[in-house]
Amino acid sequence: MSGPFPEVIGLSINGRNVSVPKGTTVLAAVAIAGVGTTRVSVTGAPRGPLCGMGICHECGVTINGRPHQRSCMVESLQGMTVLAGGES
Amino acid sequence: MKPDADIVVVGAGIVGAACAMECSRAGLSTIVIESRFAGGGATAAGMGHLVVMDDSPAQIALTRLSCEMWRELEPELPVSVEYDSCGTMWVAADAEEMDEVHRKSGVYAGAGVDSELIDSRKLYEYEPNLRPGLAGGLRVPGDAVIYPPVAAAWMLERAVSNGAKFVKGKKVQSVRPGGEAIMEDGSLVRGRTVVVAAGTHSAELVPGIAVRPRKGHLVITDRYPGHIRHQLIELGYLKNAHKTTRDSVAFNVQPRKTGQLLIGSSRQYDAPNGAVEESITARMLDRAFWYLPHLKDLQCLRVWTGYRAATPDKVPLIGPATDCKTAEPIEGIWLATGHEGLGITTSLGTGRIVAERLGGKSASIPFGPYEPSRFPPYTEEVH
Repeated sequence: MSGPFPEVIGLSINGRNVSVPKGTTVLAAVAIAGVGTTRVSVTGAPRGPLCGMGICHECGVTINGRPHQRSCMVESLQGMTVLAGGES
Repeated sequence: MKPDADIVVVGAGIVGAACAMECSRAGLSTIVIESRFAGGGATAAGMGHLVVMDDSPAQIALTRLSCEMWRELEPELPVSVEYDSCGTMWVAADAEEMDEVHRKSGVYAGAGVDSELIDSRKLYEYEPNLRPGLAGGLRVPGDAVIYPPVAAAWMLERAVSNGAKFVKGKKVQSVRPGGEAIMEDGSLVRGRTVVVAAGTHSAELVPGIAVRPRKGHLVITDRYPGHIRHQLIELGYLKNAHKTTRDSVAFNVQPRKTGQLLIGSSRQYDAPNGAVEESITARMLDRAFWYLPHLKDLQCLRVWTGYRAATPDKVPLIGPATDCKTAEPIEGIWLATGHEGLGITTSLGTGRIVAERLGGKSASIPFGPYEPSRFPPYTEEVH
Protein backbone atom coordinates (compact mmCIF):
# COMPACT_ATOMS: atom_id res chain seq x y z
CA MET A 1 0.00 0.00 0.00
CA SER A 2 1.47 3.34 -1.02
CA GLY A 3 -0.03 5.54 1.71
CA PRO A 4 -2.22 5.54 4.80
CA PHE A 5 -5.40 5.55 2.69
CA PRO A 6 -6.24 2.63 0.37
CA GLU A 7 -6.88 3.35 -3.28
CA VAL A 8 -10.60 3.71 -4.03
CA ILE A 9 -12.29 1.84 -6.88
CA GLY A 10 -15.55 3.01 -8.46
CA LEU A 11 -17.89 0.52 -10.10
CA SER A 12 -21.55 0.19 -11.05
CA ILE A 13 -23.78 -2.41 -9.37
CA ASN A 14 -27.23 -2.73 -10.97
CA GLY A 15 -26.87 0.86 -12.17
CA ARG A 16 -25.81 2.25 -8.80
CA ASN A 17 -22.30 3.69 -8.44
CA VAL A 18 -20.39 2.43 -5.42
CA SER A 19 -16.87 3.07 -4.15
CA VAL A 20 -14.84 0.35 -2.48
CA PRO A 21 -11.23 0.01 -1.29
CA LYS A 22 -8.88 -1.60 -3.81
CA GLY A 23 -8.73 -5.34 -3.22
CA THR A 24 -12.45 -5.65 -2.51
CA THR A 25 -14.14 -8.60 -4.22
CA VAL A 26 -17.05 -7.93 -6.55
CA LEU A 27 -19.19 -9.95 -4.15
CA ALA A 28 -18.37 -7.57 -1.29
CA ALA A 29 -19.11 -4.60 -3.57
CA VAL A 30 -22.49 -6.16 -4.40
CA ALA A 31 -23.21 -6.49 -0.67
CA ILE A 32 -22.07 -2.88 -0.04
CA ALA A 33 -24.51 -1.81 -2.78
CA GLY A 34 -27.26 -3.43 -0.71
CA VAL A 35 -28.00 -6.18 -3.22
CA GLY A 36 -28.63 -9.53 -1.51
CA THR A 37 -29.60 -11.67 -4.49
CA THR A 38 -26.70 -12.52 -6.75
CA ARG A 39 -28.46 -14.81 -9.22
CA VAL A 40 -31.72 -16.66 -9.80
CA SER A 41 -32.06 -20.43 -10.08
CA VAL A 42 -33.32 -22.25 -13.17
CA THR A 43 -36.86 -22.04 -11.74
CA GLY A 44 -36.48 -18.32 -10.95
CA ALA A 45 -35.80 -18.62 -7.20
CA PRO A 46 -33.44 -16.01 -5.69
CA ARG A 47 -29.94 -17.15 -4.71
CA GLY A 48 -27.27 -15.52 -2.57
CA PRO A 49 -23.61 -16.25 -1.83
CA LEU A 50 -22.92 -19.40 0.14
CA CYS A 51 -19.32 -20.63 0.20
CA GLY A 52 -17.34 -17.49 -0.60
CA MET A 53 -14.53 -19.57 -2.09
CA GLY A 54 -15.50 -20.24 -5.69
CA ILE A 55 -17.06 -23.66 -5.27
CA CYS A 56 -20.83 -23.23 -5.01
CA HIS A 57 -21.41 -20.87 -7.99
CA GLU A 58 -24.27 -19.19 -6.09
CA CYS A 59 -22.63 -15.75 -6.30
CA GLY A 60 -22.67 -15.73 -10.10
CA VAL A 61 -23.22 -12.24 -11.56
CA THR A 62 -22.79 -10.58 -14.95
CA ILE A 63 -19.56 -8.57 -15.09
CA ASN A 64 -18.99 -6.30 -18.09
CA GLY A 65 -21.57 -8.30 -20.06
CA ARG A 66 -20.17 -11.75 -19.22
CA PRO A 67 -22.76 -13.78 -17.29
CA HIS A 68 -22.19 -16.33 -14.49
CA GLN A 69 -18.96 -14.84 -13.12
CA ARG A 70 -18.27 -16.02 -9.58
CA SER A 71 -18.17 -12.63 -7.85
CA CYS A 72 -16.40 -13.96 -4.77
CA MET A 73 -13.37 -14.79 -6.91
CA VAL A 74 -13.13 -11.51 -8.87
CA GLU A 75 -11.49 -8.32 -7.65
CA SER A 76 -13.36 -5.05 -8.21
CA LEU A 77 -11.78 -2.91 -10.93
CA GLN A 78 -12.32 0.73 -11.80
CA GLY A 79 -15.32 1.19 -14.12
CA MET A 80 -16.71 -2.33 -13.87
CA THR A 81 -20.38 -2.83 -14.69
CA VAL A 82 -22.00 -5.50 -12.58
CA LEU A 83 -25.51 -6.89 -12.88
CA ALA A 84 -26.72 -9.06 -10.01
CA GLY A 85 -29.97 -10.77 -9.12
CA GLY A 86 -30.48 -12.32 -12.52
CA GLU A 87 -30.52 -8.98 -14.38
CA SER A 88 -28.64 -8.95 -17.64
CA MET B 1 -41.13 -75.53 -11.01
CA LYS B 2 -43.41 -72.62 -11.70
CA PRO B 3 -41.50 -69.46 -12.63
CA ASP B 4 -41.96 -66.28 -10.58
CA ALA B 5 -42.64 -64.29 -13.76
CA ASP B 6 -42.50 -64.50 -17.54
CA ILE B 7 -39.65 -62.00 -17.65
CA VAL B 8 -36.99 -61.19 -15.07
CA VAL B 9 -35.03 -58.10 -16.09
CA VAL B 10 -31.61 -57.66 -14.46
CA GLY B 11 -30.76 -53.96 -14.34
CA ALA B 12 -32.94 -50.85 -14.28
CA GLY B 13 -30.87 -48.61 -16.48
CA ILE B 14 -32.77 -47.11 -19.36
CA VAL B 15 -32.49 -50.34 -21.40
CA GLY B 16 -33.78 -52.57 -18.60
CA ALA B 17 -36.51 -50.07 -17.76
CA ALA B 18 -37.63 -49.96 -21.40
CA CYS B 19 -37.64 -53.78 -21.59
CA ALA B 20 -39.77 -53.89 -18.45
CA MET B 21 -42.16 -51.23 -19.77
CA GLU B 22 -42.63 -52.91 -23.15
CA CYS B 23 -42.90 -56.47 -21.77
CA SER B 24 -45.41 -55.49 -19.09
CA ARG B 25 -47.40 -53.49 -21.62
CA ALA B 26 -47.53 -56.59 -23.82
CA GLY B 27 -49.12 -58.50 -20.95
CA LEU B 28 -46.02 -60.44 -19.86
CA SER B 29 -45.58 -60.71 -16.10
CA THR B 30 -42.34 -58.89 -15.29
CA ILE B 31 -39.89 -58.51 -12.40
CA VAL B 32 -37.07 -55.93 -12.52
CA ILE B 33 -34.08 -56.35 -10.21
CA GLU B 34 -31.72 -53.43 -9.61
CA SER B 35 -28.76 -53.46 -7.23
CA ARG B 36 -28.59 -49.69 -6.71
CA PHE B 37 -31.20 -47.36 -8.20
CA ALA B 38 -32.88 -46.85 -11.56
CA GLY B 39 -30.67 -45.24 -14.20
CA GLY B 40 -27.56 -44.97 -12.04
CA GLY B 41 -24.94 -46.25 -14.52
CA ALA B 42 -24.29 -45.17 -18.09
CA THR B 43 -27.88 -43.85 -18.17
CA ALA B 44 -26.99 -41.06 -15.74
CA ALA B 45 -23.56 -40.38 -17.22
CA GLY B 46 -24.56 -39.93 -20.87
CA MET B 47 -25.84 -37.00 -22.93
CA GLY B 48 -29.40 -38.07 -23.67
CA HIS B 49 -29.35 -37.50 -27.41
CA LEU B 50 -32.16 -39.19 -29.36
CA VAL B 51 -30.54 -39.61 -32.74
CA VAL B 52 -30.85 -41.63 -35.93
CA MET B 53 -27.40 -43.03 -36.75
CA ASP B 54 -26.42 -44.54 -40.07
CA ASP B 55 -23.26 -46.40 -39.19
CA SER B 56 -24.81 -49.67 -40.47
CA PRO B 57 -28.23 -50.84 -41.73
CA ALA B 58 -28.87 -52.53 -38.38
CA GLN B 59 -28.05 -49.33 -36.53
CA ILE B 60 -30.26 -47.13 -38.69
CA ALA B 61 -33.17 -49.58 -38.38
CA LEU B 62 -32.99 -49.66 -34.58
CA THR B 63 -32.35 -45.94 -34.08
CA ARG B 64 -35.12 -45.00 -36.52
CA LEU B 65 -37.66 -47.27 -34.83
CA SER B 66 -36.57 -45.96 -31.45
CA CYS B 67 -36.77 -42.26 -32.39
CA GLU B 68 -40.27 -42.88 -33.74
CA MET B 69 -41.25 -44.49 -30.45
CA TRP B 70 -39.80 -41.54 -28.52
CA ARG B 71 -41.85 -39.10 -30.59
CA GLU B 72 -45.00 -41.16 -29.93
CA LEU B 73 -44.22 -41.17 -26.22
CA GLU B 74 -43.38 -37.48 -25.99
CA PRO B 75 -46.88 -36.18 -25.12
CA GLU B 76 -46.99 -38.54 -22.12
CA LEU B 77 -43.53 -37.71 -20.75
CA PRO B 78 -43.41 -35.54 -17.62
CA VAL B 79 -41.78 -32.11 -17.94
CA SER B 80 -38.89 -33.35 -15.79
CA VAL B 81 -37.75 -35.62 -18.66
CA GLU B 82 -36.87 -32.34 -20.45
CA TYR B 83 -37.75 -33.65 -23.91
CA ASP B 84 -36.53 -31.04 -26.39
CA SER B 85 -37.12 -31.56 -30.10
CA CYS B 86 -34.09 -29.44 -31.00
CA GLY B 87 -32.95 -31.75 -33.82
CA THR B 88 -29.40 -32.57 -34.81
CA MET B 89 -27.10 -30.49 -37.00
CA TRP B 90 -24.31 -32.55 -38.56
CA VAL B 91 -21.66 -29.91 -39.28
CA ALA B 92 -19.54 -30.18 -42.44
CA ALA B 93 -16.20 -28.39 -42.17
CA ASP B 94 -15.17 -28.59 -45.83
CA ALA B 95 -16.14 -29.73 -49.33
CA GLU B 96 -15.15 -33.32 -48.59
CA GLU B 97 -17.51 -33.40 -45.64
CA MET B 98 -20.24 -31.82 -47.78
CA ASP B 99 -19.96 -34.90 -50.02
CA GLU B 100 -20.60 -36.91 -46.89
CA VAL B 101 -23.65 -34.71 -46.17
CA HIS B 102 -25.11 -35.70 -49.53
CA ARG B 103 -24.39 -39.38 -48.99
CA LYS B 104 -25.86 -39.25 -45.50
CA SER B 105 -29.00 -37.45 -46.64
CA GLY B 106 -29.51 -40.17 -49.26
CA VAL B 107 -29.23 -42.90 -46.65
CA TYR B 108 -31.70 -41.10 -44.39
CA ALA B 109 -34.14 -40.61 -47.25
CA GLY B 110 -33.88 -44.32 -48.04
CA ALA B 111 -34.74 -45.12 -44.44
CA GLY B 112 -37.67 -42.70 -44.37
CA VAL B 113 -35.92 -40.20 -42.10
CA ASP B 114 -36.43 -36.49 -42.82
CA SER B 115 -33.30 -34.40 -43.22
CA GLU B 116 -32.48 -31.01 -44.68
CA LEU B 117 -29.39 -30.07 -46.68
CA ILE B 118 -27.90 -26.92 -45.19
CA ASP B 119 -25.59 -24.60 -47.11
CA SER B 120 -23.05 -22.34 -45.46
CA ARG B 121 -25.35 -19.29 -45.31
CA LYS B 122 -28.18 -21.22 -43.73
CA LEU B 123 -25.82 -22.90 -41.27
CA TYR B 124 -24.96 -19.51 -39.76
CA GLU B 125 -28.61 -18.46 -39.69
CA TYR B 126 -29.32 -21.49 -37.53
CA GLU B 127 -26.08 -21.47 -35.57
CA PRO B 128 -24.40 -18.06 -35.55
CA ASN B 129 -21.85 -19.07 -32.93
CA LEU B 130 -20.16 -21.64 -35.19
CA ARG B 131 -16.71 -20.62 -36.46
CA PRO B 132 -16.62 -18.85 -39.84
CA GLY B 133 -15.66 -20.75 -42.98
CA LEU B 134 -17.60 -23.98 -42.48
CA ALA B 135 -19.13 -25.61 -45.55
CA GLY B 136 -22.64 -26.48 -44.36
CA GLY B 137 -24.38 -29.42 -42.80
CA LEU B 138 -27.27 -31.79 -42.55
CA ARG B 139 -30.19 -30.96 -40.26
CA VAL B 140 -32.21 -33.84 -38.85
CA PRO B 141 -35.30 -32.20 -37.32
CA GLY B 142 -36.78 -35.36 -35.82
CA ASP B 143 -33.89 -35.91 -33.41
CA ALA B 144 -34.29 -34.72 -29.83
CA VAL B 145 -32.74 -34.48 -26.38
CA ILE B 146 -33.91 -35.84 -23.02
CA TYR B 147 -32.67 -36.16 -19.43
CA PRO B 148 -32.08 -39.93 -19.32
CA PRO B 149 -32.18 -40.91 -15.62
CA VAL B 150 -35.60 -39.32 -15.20
CA ALA B 151 -36.80 -41.05 -18.36
CA ALA B 152 -35.58 -44.41 -17.01
CA ALA B 153 -37.35 -43.86 -13.69
CA TRP B 154 -40.53 -42.90 -15.55
CA MET B 155 -40.42 -46.04 -17.72
CA LEU B 156 -39.99 -48.10 -14.58
CA GLU B 157 -43.02 -46.41 -13.02
CA ARG B 158 -44.93 -47.22 -16.19
CA ALA B 159 -43.87 -50.86 -15.90
CA VAL B 160 -44.99 -50.98 -12.27
CA SER B 161 -48.35 -49.46 -13.15
CA ASN B 162 -48.64 -52.17 -15.83
CA GLY B 163 -48.23 -54.70 -13.02
CA ALA B 164 -44.47 -55.25 -13.02
CA LYS B 165 -42.64 -55.77 -9.75
CA PHE B 166 -39.56 -53.67 -8.97
CA VAL B 167 -36.98 -55.20 -6.64
CA LYS B 168 -34.55 -52.48 -5.56
CA GLY B 169 -31.26 -52.82 -3.69
CA LYS B 170 -30.71 -56.50 -4.44
CA LYS B 171 -27.78 -57.62 -6.51
CA VAL B 172 -28.01 -60.55 -8.90
CA GLN B 173 -24.88 -62.59 -8.27
CA SER B 174 -25.19 -64.98 -11.20
CA VAL B 175 -27.62 -66.35 -13.75
CA ARG B 176 -28.10 -70.02 -14.61
CA PRO B 177 -29.73 -71.96 -17.43
CA GLY B 178 -33.45 -72.38 -16.95
CA GLY B 179 -34.08 -68.67 -16.35
CA GLU B 180 -32.56 -68.56 -12.88
CA ALA B 181 -31.27 -65.39 -11.26
CA ILE B 182 -29.33 -66.05 -8.05
CA MET B 183 -29.25 -63.16 -5.62
CA GLU B 184 -26.34 -62.21 -3.37
CA ASP B 185 -28.19 -63.62 -0.36
CA GLY B 186 -28.54 -66.96 -2.15
CA SER B 187 -32.23 -66.58 -2.91
CA LEU B 188 -33.48 -67.45 -6.35
CA VAL B 189 -35.77 -65.61 -8.75
CA ARG B 190 -36.91 -67.66 -11.69
CA GLY B 191 -38.32 -66.35 -14.95
CA ARG B 192 -39.35 -68.06 -18.15
CA THR B 193 -36.66 -65.75 -19.45
CA VAL B 194 -34.04 -63.70 -17.61
CA VAL B 195 -33.07 -60.61 -19.60
CA VAL B 196 -29.61 -59.38 -18.60
CA ALA B 197 -29.63 -55.61 -19.14
CA ALA B 198 -26.76 -54.74 -16.83
CA GLY B 199 -24.73 -52.63 -19.25
CA THR B 200 -20.98 -53.04 -18.81
CA HIS B 201 -21.66 -55.42 -15.88
CA SER B 202 -23.47 -57.91 -18.11
CA ALA B 203 -20.23 -59.78 -18.82
CA GLU B 204 -19.94 -60.53 -15.08
CA LEU B 205 -23.19 -62.49 -15.36
CA VAL B 206 -22.73 -63.98 -18.82
CA PRO B 207 -18.99 -64.50 -19.31
CA GLY B 208 -17.38 -64.05 -22.68
CA ILE B 209 -19.93 -61.76 -24.30
CA ALA B 210 -18.57 -59.23 -26.77
CA VAL B 211 -19.01 -56.17 -24.54
CA ARG B 212 -16.18 -53.93 -23.38
CA PRO B 213 -16.34 -50.78 -21.25
CA ARG B 214 -15.57 -47.67 -23.26
CA LYS B 215 -14.88 -44.61 -21.14
CA GLY B 216 -16.22 -41.17 -21.99
CA HIS B 217 -15.85 -37.64 -20.60
CA LEU B 218 -18.47 -34.89 -20.51
CA VAL B 219 -18.35 -31.23 -19.52
CA ILE B 220 -21.37 -29.13 -18.52
CA THR B 221 -21.54 -25.33 -18.52
CA ASP B 222 -23.65 -22.79 -16.71
CA ARG B 223 -26.82 -21.52 -18.46
CA TYR B 224 -26.43 -19.74 -21.80
CA PRO B 225 -29.81 -20.05 -23.54
CA GLY B 226 -29.65 -19.76 -27.32
CA HIS B 227 -25.87 -20.18 -27.61
CA ILE B 228 -26.63 -23.14 -29.87
CA ARG B 229 -30.02 -24.38 -31.07
CA HIS B 230 -29.39 -27.91 -32.29
CA GLN B 231 -27.31 -30.73 -30.99
CA LEU B 232 -24.16 -30.05 -33.02
CA ILE B 233 -21.97 -32.91 -34.17
CA GLU B 234 -19.02 -32.84 -36.51
CA LEU B 235 -19.51 -34.88 -39.64
CA GLY B 236 -16.17 -36.47 -39.03
CA TYR B 237 -17.86 -37.96 -35.95
CA LEU B 238 -18.05 -41.49 -37.23
CA LYS B 239 -14.45 -41.56 -38.36
CA ASN B 240 -13.30 -39.91 -35.12
CA ALA B 241 -15.63 -41.54 -32.61
CA HIS B 242 -15.44 -44.99 -34.07
CA LYS B 243 -11.75 -45.45 -34.47
CA THR B 244 -11.64 -48.58 -32.38
CA THR B 245 -7.89 -48.67 -32.00
CA ARG B 246 -7.05 -45.71 -29.78
CA ASP B 247 -8.39 -42.85 -27.68
CA SER B 248 -10.50 -40.49 -29.73
CA VAL B 249 -12.38 -37.24 -29.31
CA ALA B 250 -15.10 -35.68 -31.44
CA PHE B 251 -17.05 -32.42 -31.45
CA ASN B 252 -20.51 -33.08 -30.03
CA VAL B 253 -22.28 -30.29 -28.11
CA GLN B 254 -25.84 -30.38 -26.83
CA PRO B 255 -28.18 -27.57 -25.74
CA ARG B 256 -30.12 -28.45 -22.58
CA LYS B 257 -33.57 -27.05 -21.87
CA THR B 258 -32.07 -25.21 -18.89
CA GLY B 259 -29.77 -23.28 -21.24
CA GLN B 260 -26.78 -25.34 -20.16
CA LEU B 261 -24.45 -26.88 -22.72
CA LEU B 262 -23.16 -30.43 -22.56
CA ILE B 263 -19.79 -30.74 -24.26
CA GLY B 264 -18.46 -34.08 -25.53
CA SER B 265 -17.20 -36.46 -26.54
CA SER B 266 -14.34 -38.87 -25.85
CA ARG B 267 -13.89 -42.60 -26.28
CA GLN B 268 -11.30 -44.79 -24.58
CA TYR B 269 -10.87 -48.52 -24.33
CA ASP B 270 -8.80 -49.99 -21.50
CA ALA B 271 -8.90 -46.84 -19.39
CA PRO B 272 -7.17 -47.60 -16.09
CA ASN B 273 -9.93 -46.03 -13.97
CA GLY B 274 -12.88 -43.67 -14.02
CA ALA B 275 -10.96 -40.53 -13.07
CA VAL B 276 -11.30 -37.36 -15.12
CA GLU B 277 -8.19 -37.17 -17.32
CA GLU B 278 -6.86 -33.71 -18.02
CA SER B 279 -5.23 -34.61 -21.34
CA ILE B 280 -8.42 -36.14 -22.79
CA THR B 281 -10.60 -33.32 -21.43
CA ALA B 282 -8.25 -30.75 -22.97
CA ARG B 283 -8.29 -32.50 -26.37
CA MET B 284 -12.08 -32.73 -26.27
CA LEU B 285 -12.49 -29.05 -25.37
CA ASP B 286 -9.95 -27.95 -28.00
CA ARG B 287 -12.03 -29.74 -30.60
CA ALA B 288 -15.20 -28.03 -29.34
CA PHE B 289 -13.49 -24.60 -29.22
CA TRP B 290 -12.40 -25.04 -32.84
CA TYR B 291 -16.06 -25.28 -33.91
CA LEU B 292 -17.56 -22.96 -31.27
CA PRO B 293 -14.87 -20.36 -30.39
CA HIS B 294 -17.08 -18.53 -27.87
CA LEU B 295 -17.35 -21.63 -25.69
CA LYS B 296 -14.07 -20.42 -24.19
CA ASP B 297 -15.89 -17.49 -22.58
CA LEU B 298 -18.48 -19.68 -20.85
CA GLN B 299 -18.32 -20.98 -17.30
CA CYS B 300 -17.86 -24.71 -16.87
CA LEU B 301 -19.65 -26.25 -13.91
CA ARG B 302 -18.47 -29.84 -13.87
CA VAL B 303 -16.58 -32.58 -15.70
CA TRP B 304 -17.34 -36.27 -15.25
CA THR B 305 -16.85 -39.66 -16.84
CA GLY B 306 -18.85 -42.81 -17.52
CA TYR B 307 -18.55 -46.16 -19.22
CA ARG B 308 -20.44 -47.26 -22.32
CA ALA B 309 -21.03 -50.95 -23.04
CA ALA B 310 -19.41 -51.29 -26.46
CA THR B 311 -19.56 -54.15 -28.98
CA PRO B 312 -17.15 -54.71 -31.90
CA ASP B 313 -19.76 -53.85 -34.57
CA LYS B 314 -21.47 -50.94 -32.72
CA VAL B 315 -24.73 -52.89 -32.68
CA PRO B 316 -26.24 -54.07 -29.38
CA LEU B 317 -26.74 -57.65 -28.24
CA ILE B 318 -30.47 -58.36 -28.08
CA GLY B 319 -31.64 -61.97 -27.89
CA PRO B 320 -30.71 -65.38 -26.46
CA ALA B 321 -27.31 -65.51 -24.77
CA THR B 322 -24.92 -68.17 -25.98
CA ASP B 323 -22.47 -70.22 -23.97
CA CYS B 324 -18.96 -68.87 -24.47
CA LYS B 325 -17.45 -72.35 -24.86
CA THR B 326 -20.05 -74.29 -26.81
CA ALA B 327 -21.74 -71.39 -28.66
CA GLU B 328 -25.06 -73.07 -27.78
CA PRO B 329 -27.92 -70.90 -26.48
CA ILE B 330 -28.18 -70.75 -22.68
CA GLU B 331 -31.74 -71.82 -21.93
CA GLY B 332 -33.85 -69.01 -20.53
CA ILE B 333 -31.09 -66.37 -20.54
CA TRP B 334 -31.27 -63.35 -22.83
CA LEU B 335 -29.11 -60.31 -23.32
CA ALA B 336 -30.10 -56.68 -23.85
CA THR B 337 -26.81 -54.81 -23.63
CA GLY B 338 -23.93 -53.44 -25.70
CA HIS B 339 -25.71 -50.24 -26.74
CA GLU B 340 -22.54 -48.15 -26.43
CA GLY B 341 -23.33 -44.45 -26.88
CA LEU B 342 -26.78 -45.00 -28.33
CA GLY B 343 -28.54 -46.71 -25.44
CA ILE B 344 -30.70 -43.74 -24.55
CA THR B 345 -32.07 -43.67 -28.08
CA THR B 346 -32.23 -47.42 -28.65
CA SER B 347 -33.64 -48.38 -25.23
CA LEU B 348 -37.18 -48.16 -26.59
CA GLY B 349 -36.51 -50.17 -29.75
CA THR B 350 -34.70 -52.77 -27.66
CA GLY B 351 -37.66 -53.06 -25.30
CA ARG B 352 -39.96 -53.43 -28.29
CA ILE B 353 -37.85 -56.21 -29.88
CA VAL B 354 -37.60 -58.10 -26.57
CA ALA B 355 -41.34 -57.82 -25.90
CA GLU B 356 -42.27 -58.86 -29.44
CA ARG B 357 -39.95 -61.85 -29.56
CA LEU B 358 -40.71 -63.11 -26.06
CA GLY B 359 -44.40 -62.39 -26.50
CA GLY B 360 -44.52 -64.37 -29.75
CA LYS B 361 -45.54 -61.35 -31.82
CA SER B 362 -44.35 -60.44 -35.29
CA ALA B 363 -41.31 -58.19 -35.23
CA SER B 364 -41.33 -54.44 -36.01
CA ILE B 365 -37.87 -54.82 -37.54
CA PRO B 366 -35.81 -57.92 -38.43
CA PHE B 367 -34.01 -58.94 -35.25
CA GLY B 368 -31.25 -61.02 -36.86
CA PRO B 369 -28.56 -58.31 -36.81
CA TYR B 370 -28.86 -57.96 -33.01
CA GLU B 371 -28.54 -61.69 -32.20
CA PRO B 372 -25.75 -62.18 -29.66
CA SER B 373 -24.84 -65.43 -31.46
CA ARG B 374 -23.35 -63.40 -34.34
CA PHE B 375 -20.10 -63.28 -32.39
CA PRO B 376 -18.02 -66.46 -32.24
CA PRO B 377 -17.35 -68.13 -28.89
CA TYR B 378 -15.03 -66.16 -26.70
CA THR B 379 -11.36 -66.98 -26.88
CA GLU B 380 -8.50 -65.28 -25.11
CA GLU B 381 -7.82 -62.06 -26.93
CA VAL B 382 -4.67 -62.07 -29.02
CA HIS B 383 -2.68 -58.87 -28.72
